[in-house]
Amino acid sequence: MDSMTIIAVASIVTAGLTIAMGSIGPALGEGRAVATALSSLAQQPDASATITRTLFVGLAMIESIAIYCFVVSMILIFANPFWNHVIAGAAQAAGK
Amino acid sequence: MRLSPDQMIFWQHGFFKLNGTIVFTWGLMLVLAVGSKLITRKLSTGMNRSRWQNLLEIVVTGIEKQIEDVGLKHPEKYVGFLGTLFLFVALAALCTVIPGFEPPTGSLSTTAALALSVFVAVPLFGIEEQGLWSYLKSYAEPTVIMLPFNIISELSRTLALAVRLFGNMMSGVMIIGILLTITPFLFPIVMTVLGLLTGMVQAYIFSILAAVYIAAAARTHKPKPEPAPTT
Repeated sequence: MDSMTIIAVASIVTAGLTIAMGSIGPALGEGRAVATALSSLAQQPDASATITRTLFVGLAMIESIAIYCFVVSMILIFANPFWNHVIAGAAQAAGK
Repeated sequence: MRLSPDQMIFWQHGFFKLNGTIVFTWGLMLVLAVGSKLITRKLSTGMNRSRWQNLLEIVVTGIEKQIEDVGLKHPEKYVGFLGTLFLFVALAALCTVIPGFEPPTGSLSTTAALALSVFVAVPLFGIEEQGLWSYLKSYAEPTVIMLPFNIISELSRTLALAVRLFGNMMSGVMIIGILLTITPFLFPIVMTVLGLLTGMVQAYIFSILAAVYIAAAARTHKPKPEPAPTT
């Protein structure tokens, strides 16, 4: 296998694995956060504004981990510097 | 596949490029500034007011109440900065229903600029509230060993703000783009609605996080007054 194939295979496989494994943790964390928020809402309904706002802020922080993984995955697929490098090299070799 | 509105070039002259991010940002600024100017031309303090003034009052008092809930005592000092952050990001997300519009917050440049302005604003407001020495001392709390970690956490908070907003906006646009090429009409519409929801939530999150950081910096550590001894 030449280097182009290796880079392509590695990028594709890594992109898929990144987003797959990167969404497990945040999903579990968000589930636990919402469950705890619901039980505290049931215990103290008059604090619902504070609880809801804190819940959303916490969910956004947990979500950002999944977003980081998504950004890495997108970079690997669409803005991959190694792929661009070998493509430029192959275009140059074909043009010569 | 276009990753951001940076790659939409409208006009080019040598080094200067007028790309989509700049055009859409200035468009949003025009709408916000000119709209508010038109609405606030004739303000009335009585019971008869125009609908648009009512709308603006609802928005401003809502933002002030949220800032006060976070813990900042005088919300009118902060409503300019935090309200602008919220309105800009929310309007950018809302306008995605306009065909041909790409939210400028889908470009890392815009979100990095917004996060940098929060990074500068937090010490500014903190020093304004506490004074320079007291604010600098707060970095060494609870012990001096925490000083590098506090500085690193400031930097990583800023980076997280930028990447969170960029990732959410970019992913919304990209998913709709991918879906439009492979599925019939109904599914991309559903995803557009979801993108609107996440856009508004992200606007709220950005401004609330900025408010929380400012509140943490502006918290004055006054010693509690000693109760009078009862003899």
